[in-house]
Amino acid sequence: MSLRDQISEIIQNEPVALFMKGTPTFVACGNSQRALTALRTAGAPVTAVDILPDPKFRQELSALSGWPTIPQVFVKGELVGGADIVEELAASGDLERKLTDALGEGYGDAREERVIALAAA
Amino acid sequence: MSDDPRSYDPAMATEPLQALLQQAFPDATELAVVDRTGGGDHFQVTVASPRFEGLPLVDQHRLVYDALAAPLSDGTIHELRIKTKGTA
Repeated sequence: MSLRDQISEIIQNEPVALFMKGTPTFVACGNSQRALTALRTAGAPVTAVDILPDPKFRQELSALSGWPTIPQVFVKGELVGGADIVEELAASGDLERKLTDALGEGYGDAREERVIALAAA
Repeated sequence: MSDDPRSYDPAMATEPLQALLQQAFPDATELAVVDRTGGGDHFQVTVASPRFEGLPLVDQHRLVYDALAAPLSDGTIHELRIKTKGTA
C-alpha cells in the first residue's frame, strides 16, 4: 500500500489519530507532548503515529491534510488541529464534547493508546 | 558586527512576520508576534480579527498558516504557536 494510502486509512479508520514526533512512550517534541497530554486529559482513545522515521511521512501527511506543522490530531477522519487548538479545546471542555459527538458517550471506556508504524514505500 | 549573536535584534525576526499578518488581516484589532526563544525561529502569534467570527479554530489557524506560508515553507519558522480570536 502506498504511503499516502496508509496515512489516509489511519485518518479514516482510527477514532482519534495523533500524528506526532516520537511515540507516547518516547515523545520527541514539546508540542507533540502538549497535544498528547490534552487528549489524555479528555480521556481520548489515542492512536499515535510517529512521523520521524522518514521525512516522507511528514511530507505526505501535510500534502494530504494541508496542515503544515506537527502534531496533527484527527477525530473520525476530521482534522481538529495542532497542539494549540487541542489544548484550547481541552481547556474549554469543547474537546470532550467533540469526542462525545463523534464517538458516542462511552468513548473513553475502552480507552487504550495504540501506536501504528508507517512503512516506507 | 551583525554576525555577532549578541547583537541579535528580535525585531528583525518578528517584523517580516508582522508585516505578512498585517497584509492578510488588515482589519485585525490585535496583532502580535513574539520571538519565544530569542533565536528568531520559534514564534507565538496572536491575531484578533472579525474574519475569524463563526469559524472553527482549525479554519482560523489555516488562515494564519496561509498568511505565513512563505516563511513556513522556507524554514524561517521552525515552530509556530497560534492564538486566534474573533472580535465580537
